[in-house]
Order: sequence, then C-alpha cells, then structure tokens
Amino acid sequence: MDLRYSASDEQFRKELREWLGDVLPAIPPEPGPHEWAERRAWDTTWQRMLFDAGYAGINWPTEYGGRGATLTEQLIFLEETTRAGAPYIGVNFVGVLHAGPTIMAEATEEQKAAHLPRILRGEEVWCQGFSEPGAGSDLASLSCKGERDGDEYVITGQKIWTSFAQIADWCELLVRTDPDAPKHKGITWLMFPMDTPGIEIREIRTIVGSSEFSEVFFDGARVPVANRVGAENDGWRVAMVTFGFERGTGFISDLVETDRLIAELAALARKVTRRSGTAWDDVALRRDIGHLQAEMDALWAMTKRNLAQAERHGVPGPAGSVVKVYYSELFQRVTDLAMQLLGRAGLSRDDVGELASGTFVEERLRSTSFTIAAGTSQIQRNIIAERILGLPKDR
Amino acid sequence: MDFELSDDQVALQEGLRSFCQGRLPMAAVRELEATGGIDRALWRELAEMGVFALRLPEADGGVGLGWADAVLAFEELGRAIVPGPLVWTHLVAGLVEGAAEGTAIVGGLPRDDQSRLVEYAPSLDALVVLDDAGAWLVDPSSLELEPVAHPLDPLVPVWRVTGLLPQGERIVGVEDPAALQEQGAALVAATMLGVAEAATDLAVGFAKERVQFDRPIGAFQALKHLMADMFVRAEVARGAVYAAGVTLDDPAVGSVRRAVAAARITAAEAALGNGKTCVQVHGGMGYTWEVDAHLLLKRAYALEPAFGGREEWEEAMADLVAQAG
Repeated sequence: MDLRYSASDEQFRKELREWLGDVLPAIPPEPGPHEWAERRAWDTTWQRMLFDAGYAGINWPTEYGGRGATLTEQLIFLEETTRAGAPYIGVNFVGVLHAGPTIMAEATEEQKAAHLPRILRGEEVWCQGFSEPGAGSDLASLSCKGERDGDEYVITGQKIWTSFAQIADWCELLVRTDPDAPKHKGITWLMFPMDTPGIEIREIRTIVGSSEFSEVFFDGARVPVANRVGAENDGWRVAMVTFGFERGTGFISDLVETDRLIAELAALARKVTRRSGTAWDDVALRRDIGHLQAEMDALWAMTKRNLAQAERHGVPGPAGSVVKVYYSELFQRVTDLAMQLLGRAGLSRDDVGELASGTFVEERLRSTSFTIAAGTSQIQRNIIAERILGLPKDR
Repeated sequence: MDFELSDDQVALQEGLRSFCQGRLPMAAVRELEATGGIDRALWRELAEMGVFALRLPEADGGVGLGWADAVLAFEELGRAIVPGPLVWTHLVAGLVEGAAEGTAIVGGLPRDDQSRLVEYAPSLDALVVLDDAGAWLVDPSSLELEPVAHPLDPLVPVWRVTGLLPQGERIVGVEDPAALQEQGAALVAATMLGVAEAATDLAVGFAKERVQFDRPIGAFQALKHLMADMFVRAEVARGAVYAAGVTLDDPAVGSVRRAVAAARITAAEAALGNGKTCVQVHGGMGYTWEVDAHLLLKRAYALEPAFGGREEWEEAMADLVAQAG
C-alpha cells in the first residue's frame, strides 16, 4: 500500500496546472442559471478547449480520441480542475460520461463515427430520457412507447428529470418496444434527435426555484430504426453496460468541493458572533466540524482504495453504492451544520454582510437531491445489502 | 500510487486471521475470562506470529515491517477480540525488555487519568505511564491496587490504583510522547475496525438464518438498511485506518496527526455503531450473555477512551482544519 504519486503522475499534474494557469484567466464569467444558450456555449467552449489541449475524454480510450488516462491521472485531473475553479463538465455530462461510453460499447462503427468525435469536441450535447413519472427507482417499469412502423419507431409517452433538454441535440432514450415481454426484456435504447417534431419540453421548477431539469412529452414523434443502438428489446442491458465503466472516479470533483465547503464552514464559524466571541469558541461546534472533516478524509482514503482496486482488478463492483450513500449524507450534514450556524442569516439566500449564507443556503437546498438522484439512498442500501452482504431479496 | 494491499500484506492478514480462527475462536476467547484475560502461552504464540516485533528491524530479531502492516495485524486482533494490552506491548517492543519476545506483558495508562484504572494489572510485567514529558516505566508490583468487581468488558478486567502513581523510569527511545499517542491511537483504530467488521459478519450471518414471518429476517428492508450502514461505516473507517498506517510510514504523503485523527474518529464510529446494531439485529438474543454480540459492543466501549477518546481527536482535527484554512 502506498499513497505516493509517481514521477509521471507529478509531471502530469504539473503540466495540467500550467495549462490551467494559462487558460483559466481568459475564460469569461459563468452565465446565470437560466441562461440556457449561454450556458451551453460556455460549457461546450470549455469542452473544446479540453479537446485542443488533449484533455477531453480523459477516461475515454485513445482509439475513440480520448486520453486513455490511468485512474490516478483521472483523479489528478478532477482534483486539479476542481481546485482551480475550472468549468464543470456541465451540459457535456450525459454525452461524455454516459451516452458516449454506451455508444463505444454497443453501437455500430457508423454510429460511433457519427457521434463520438462530435461529443468529444463539444459539438454535440446529449440529454438522458430514462426516468418517467411512473418509473423512478423502478426504472425498468418504464412505459413510454416505441411502436415500430416500417423504418421508424413512433414514440408516445413522457420522460422526466431530463437535464438540459432545452439545449440538447440528442437524447439517449429508453422506450418500451414490447409491452408483453417481462419488464427488463421489452426496452430499446434509441438515439433521439431533439429537433424531431412531436415533442414538448417543460421546465421543472425545483426546490431551489430553478433547474436544468425538464419534463419531455412525446406525441407520435418519429425516429429512424437506424438510430437504435443494440438489438430491439435489449435496451436495458445496453443502458446498464455503462455502469460497468464506472471506476470510482465519479465523485472526485464532489469530494474536492466538500473539502472546500468544510473549510468555508470553519471560516464561517469564526465570523458568526455569539454573546461573547465567535461560534468557533464553542468546543461542541469545533468537534462537530472535526468529526465531519474526519469522515471526509476517510472518504478520500476509501476513494483511493477503490481506484487502486479498480486499476488492479478491473471491476470496482458495488463499492460505488458505499461512496454514494456516505458522500451524499455527509454533504447534507455539512450544510445542515451551516444552517444551524447561520441562525437568522439563514433566512437569506444571498450573503448577509460577511456571512456566506448565499453559498450555504443554496447548497443545503440543492443537496436534498443528492440522496435521491442516481439511485436513492434507500435503493443504494438495498444494493449493498443484497449484492455485497448477500442478504435475501424481499421481492 | 497503489493504495491496495501488496501480496505480502495479504499473506500477513490471512496468516493472522487463520491463526486467530484456529487458536482463538470465540469460545476460546471467552475462556480467557477465568484467567483475567491473559494466557501467557498464548501471548508467546502471538509474539511468534510477530505481533509485537512486527516493526523492529530484522537485525534486532524483528520482522522489519512498517505501520501499514501493523494496522492490518491489529485489525485481525480486533476482529477476534483478542484481549490483553496488545497495543502497549507492541508500542514498547524493543524499548522494554521482553516485550518483543512475548515474555513481558506491558500495559499502560495516561498519568492524568482521573479513573486510575489499569487493565489486566496483576498479569502485567511492566506498566507505562504516559505524560507530556515522556513515557515512564513503573513496576506494577509496587502499586497499591484494588480490583474492580464488575468490569464493563468481562475480558478486560480492571484494577484501580489507590495509592501513589510513582514517577517511574524514563523509557529511553520515546522522544516525543505525542507521537507515541498518535501511534497508539492508530493501532486502537485498527483494532476497532476489526471489531466493527466482526459485528457486521455476526449480524449478517444471524439475519440470513433467523426466520420470522416465514422468511429470513435479513430479507426485510428495515434490517437490510441497518446492516448496509454497518458495512458502510466499516469500509469508510478501513480507508482511514490504512491511510493512517501508510502516512505513519511515509509522512511525506500527509499530516500524520490528521490521518490518525480521521482513522480514530471513523473507526470509533464504526465499532460503536456496529456493536450496537449487532445487538439490535439479534433481537432478544442480542441481549443475552450467550450470544457474542455483547462482547463486541463492550470491547468497542472498552477501546474508546484509549489514546484519547473521540472528543479529543475531534478537537485535534478541528484545530488542523483551522490551521489549514
């Protein structure tokens, strides 16, 4: 066991830092949350900059134009870009991390050539049409229909929680093509062009007041059969294949952010005045912060172990569920403590004087989704109990 | 960076695990209650397994390994809830005669300890008293001791020092008592990790067998989630404990104090949390003396104040956060 970075890792880090130091000052300020066109432009410009510098698709194999970096290099990349305050993957998320890898694994050569280079260069933005009002945790029960009509599928139904639907070019869409088959056996994975007639996009107003999420309604929208990836009715397997690519790097940016947030929490405690002195004089509060940082450091250590295991044995297994459960609940406890500390300043979602209520109130509200999105904490605990501990299924 | 066990480390881990399974199944551990938690023959066998001389150079008769290996060894000792002052004896191996070889059993306590309780006192050949100025060796037979009739952990009997606690003789080789405290805390954390894992295994095994409402109780989500949390707590602590071992060996990778604090805090959370949950999963049987769950929970509590309790380490961690910010 060792935690030392190799000379080539250090070299990678040094070059990346130098590049970030050169390019970040020239990047314009981040657009506001509702400025969709501007957001798209900002995120895709960053993707193009990554591409030109050889950092795009850091985790993609070189045969598809990616960097093919080792997991340690990916860790360094995510650490350094997050610490430097570089743009987040943003609207490129689905294309680079989900649809792209799925296409690599399952699509025809023609389909790969049509999409992978464009995703990598930030020319093509993808969204995900998986969840439905009636298919959340039980995703395989989805009912949005894809009826075969000659060379086309006719899509009718509804999707929900689709991020960046307003500005996406393509949607990775799961539809029910065989309503009579067992639920996992009648689903098909389609590449759906978002400019197809017969769809309507409605933004969802969330707990934070705005969001990148939408509902998408399909009313007889037609998509060529040639846009299917994998076999008809084999879409569940196609969609799941991507999860096998997850090597434990998924939360690294979030861990960097959480570290920073705990440091900001300690800084906040030194600014919050009490009857005498500041909140930081309260030993119980200091211990709470010390406890959170201990958990955070342990989570980092566990992440590095997961990476080492994935690098050595290929498949990380369900360790991702452990990180997801722990990280999401830890983050919520950090923001909870911040709310307690802010007291009446927490009534404001903008900073109050020198108190950073803007950051913390926003993060408290936003983080309520962390234990829900991408598999609720309850689903994750079922996975840990059944797949790791081998406890019997109850259904 | 390769934060995964080497082949040698896997062999060390498996060797100690199978030694404990063969020599110290829970029934054998329970029998140690009759002899105050200590069996000298067993102690020498542990020494032969390298538990005490693990980090001493081979030239000095040691195994020549490091802290990363030591935490793996103590994780296994914790898993088997092996009683005895294992951490203290390991820490002073090479400094106190006979400790490395298993011929001297060495205990310890902090000088400012209000309770003045000494674990395993009549079995001790030497007692270490730790204070800010250093580590001091006291002859246990010189102490006025009163047995505690009802110890928390039946395998960790305690005696109270009723008379004076003498200054003792300075242990040469302990230049920095704070460092000894950190090293002790890392090994306690490793032991707690083992206890936490044993609790998970015991609860999961029971939940697969125990049938109520016509199905194994482990099929119920309410119980599944309790056990998933046990697993999560132990896995998180494992990362921190192994990182503490690696950092003690190679302080260039980070702050030793911070790595130990993270290990100590999360391992305590895992051992105590899992000990309590293990009792709960067992239902009524968990409340009995017959089922081993209580021994795990009691050991978790018995370890908690060793080398600084959680509160002390949480404060230390907060100071480190403030310094870093």
